[in-house]
Amino acid sequence: MSRNTLILYIIILAASILGPILLPAYTQQMAILWVMILMASTWDILGGQMGYNSLGNITFFGVGMYLSAIIQISMFYDVGEYTSAFGAIKPEFTDSQYFTGFFLGIIGAGLGSMILSVFLGFIVFGLRGPYFAIGTLGVAITAGQITGTIDYIGGGSGISMPFFPGDIYFRSIFFYILCFLLAASVHLILRWLYSTQFGLAINAIRDDEDKAEAMGIPTLRYKQFGWAIAAFFMGCIGAVFGNMVGFIEPIEVAFPTPTFGIFMVAMALLGGKGTLWGPVIGAVLFQIVKETTWTYLLGWQYVALGLIIILNIVYFQQGIMGWLQSKYPEKFGIFVDDKKPEEGLASRDNK
Amino acid sequence: MIDNLNLLFVYAPIMNIQVILDGIFVGAVFALSAYGLALVWGVMNVKNLAQGDFVIMGGFIALGLHEYLGIHPIISIPIVLILMFAYGWAVYKLIIKRVIDNDMFVSLLATFGLSLLMQQVMNLIYGPEVRIIDPELPIYEFFDFVTVPMAKIISLILAAIFALIITLFMKKSRMGQAIRATAQDVRAARVLGINTDNVYAFTFALNAAICGVAGVMVSIIWVLQPFYGITYSLRTFAIVTAAGLGNLPAVIGTGFGLGLIEKYTSIILGVEYEIAAAVVMLLVVLMWRQIQMRKNRQAVR
Repeated sequence: MSRNTLILYIIILAASILGPILLPAYTQQMAILWVMILMASTWDILGGQMGYNSLGNITFFGVGMYLSAIIQISMFYDVGEYTSAFGAIKPEFTDSQYFTGFFLGIIGAGLGSMILSVFLGFIVFGLRGPYFAIGTLGVAITAGQITGTIDYIGGGSGISMPFFPGDIYFRSIFFYILCFLLAASVHLILRWLYSTQFGLAINAIRDDEDKAEAMGIPTLRYKQFGWAIAAFFMGCIGAVFGNMVGFIEPIEVAFPTPTFGIFMVAMALLGGKGTLWGPVIGAVLFQIVKETTWTYLLGWQYVALGLIIILNIVYFQQGIMGWLQSKYPEKFGIFVDDKKPEEGLASRDNK
Repeated sequence: MIDNLNLLFVYAPIMNIQVILDGIFVGAVFALSAYGLALVWGVMNVKNLAQGDFVIMGGFIALGLHEYLGIHPIISIPIVLILMFAYGWAVYKLIIKRVIDNDMFVSLLATFGLSLLMQQVMNLIYGPEVRIIDPELPIYEFFDFVTVPMAKIISLILAAIFALIITLFMKKSRMGQAIRATAQDVRAARVLGINTDNVYAFTFALNAAICGVAGVMVSIIWVLQPFYGITYSLRTFAIVTAAGLGNLPAVIGTGFGLGLIEKYTSIILGVEYEIAAAVVMLLVVLMWRQIQMRKNRQAVR
C-alpha cells in the first residue's frame, strides 16, 4: 500500500466518522450510501472483473433479508403464527436476545445466500453474455414473485422486524456503523483478493474464457467462488438493511429489481467497471444525485434516474475511472505490481 | 392443487376449452411482441428489454384515445401503429444507434434504462391503478361454462391479419428484402448499396409498431398498468430464446405455447405463479440448451 492510498484511506475514515456527528439528520442516507457502495463493489466482482454481467445479484439481498427475519423471529416465536397475526403479536425482546438474534441472523443470511449462489451457479454459469444477464434477471424476478406466495413468511403483505431496543439516535448510529464496517471490509477484502491469483484468474475469464479454460484454470469453480463472495456480502447487507427499514415486503423492499437491482449496475458503470475504486466513486456520485433529485424533483425522481442511466450508458460508457485511465495512463494505469512497467520489463529480460 | 386438477380433468373437462381459448388469446399477444423482438434481435443484434413497455405504451395510447376522443380501441389500431412507429424511429436515432456497435450488455442496459423511464412517465400520466377499456361488444356463452367475448375473437383475427401483412411485407417489399439482407450479412449489404442505418431504424420502428398493436390487444382483452411491462419483456425473451433465433414460425408457435402454459399454471397452481411459469420455462430451456452444448464443451452464447 503506497503512501497516497494510505492518506486516502485516512481521509475516508475521518469523513465517515465525522459525517454522522456533523450531519446527524442524514445518518440514514449515509448508511444507505455504504449499502450502495457495497452493492456496487460486489456487483463489480462478476460484472467488471469477470465479465459476467449479472442483473440478478439483488436475489441474495432479498434472500438474506428474509433469512435473517426468519432466524431472528424463530428464536423466540413461531414464524407462522407471528406473520399470520399481522402485527397483533408485539414481540418483546430483551437487549441480549435482540442482539444475539440479530448477529446470528446476519451470519445465517450471509451463509444461506452463499449456499444458494453456489447451487444457482451450476444452473446459470453455462450461459454467456446477454443470456446470463437475462437468466439472472429472471431468477431475481421469480424469487420476488415466489416469496410473495409463501404464507409462512407473510406472503405479499410482508413481515415487520423486531423492534430495536434503544432510542432512535442510537439506532441510526448503530446501523450506520454496521453498514460502514461491512462496506469497508468488502472493500479491503476485494483489494486483497484482486491482488491474488484469484484476481488474475477472473480477469483471464473476462478476457477469454475458452483460452483460460484451455490453460487449465477451473473456470466454473472460480466463477462460483466469485459469486459466492458477492452473495455472502449481499446477504449480510440484506439482513442489516431489513432491520434498518424495519418492515420487509417482497416486491419493493426485498427484491427491488427495477431500483436497487439496476442501480448497482449503473453505479459500477458510472464509476468505471473493472476497477477497485470505480464502483465506490460511482456509488457516492449516484447517491448524491439520487438524494438531490428526491429532494428537488419529487414525483419525477425515477424519470431523472432513468435519464441518467441512459445518458451514462450512451455517452459515457467507460465511466470515471476508465476515463481517467485513458486520459492519465501514468497515474491511473493498470500495473500488475507497484513497479513501473519499464522496470518490470527490464527485470524480465535479465532472467 | 389436487382439487384444481380434479376440477379440470374429472368434474368439468369442459373448462379445458375455456383455458385453451384464453391461452390462445393471450398467446396471440405474446406471439406478436416476440415476433418483434426476434426481428430486432436477429437483424440488429440488440436485445430490447423495453419490449414490454412498448406493449404497455401502445395500450395506453389506445386508452387515451378512447377516453379523450372516444375512439374505439379496434379503430384506433392504425393511429397507434403510426404513433408507435414514429416513437420507435426516434428511440433508434437517440439511443439505440449509439449503442448498436458496442458489446451486447450495453444495449441491454440502455434499453433497461429506457424501460425504467417509460414506466415512470406512464405512471406519471396515467397513475399506478390497473386500467381496462370496456370494448362494448357482446360476450358469447357456450356449454354454461365457456365465455368468449367478441372483442377477443376480433382481436385474434386482427392479429392474424396483421401478422400475415408483416410476413408478406418481409417477403415481397423492397424494404423487407433489405432487412433480410442486412440480417444475413451487414457488410455485404452495405457494399451492395443498402443504407443499413435506415434499415436498422426501420426495423426498430417496425418492432415498436408491432408491440403497439399487441398493446391495443392487451388493452381490449386484459388489463393495463405502467409497471406490467417488465413481465411482458421477460415473456418475450423466454419465447425468443426458447424458439431460437431466425425461426419465425417457431417463435409464433412458442408464443401460443407459453399462453397455454401460463393459463394452465394459473388454473392449477394459482394466478400468482403466471410469471413464474414463464421464467421457469425460460430457465428450463436455457438449462436444456446448456446440457446439450456441454456435450461438445461449449456454452450458450
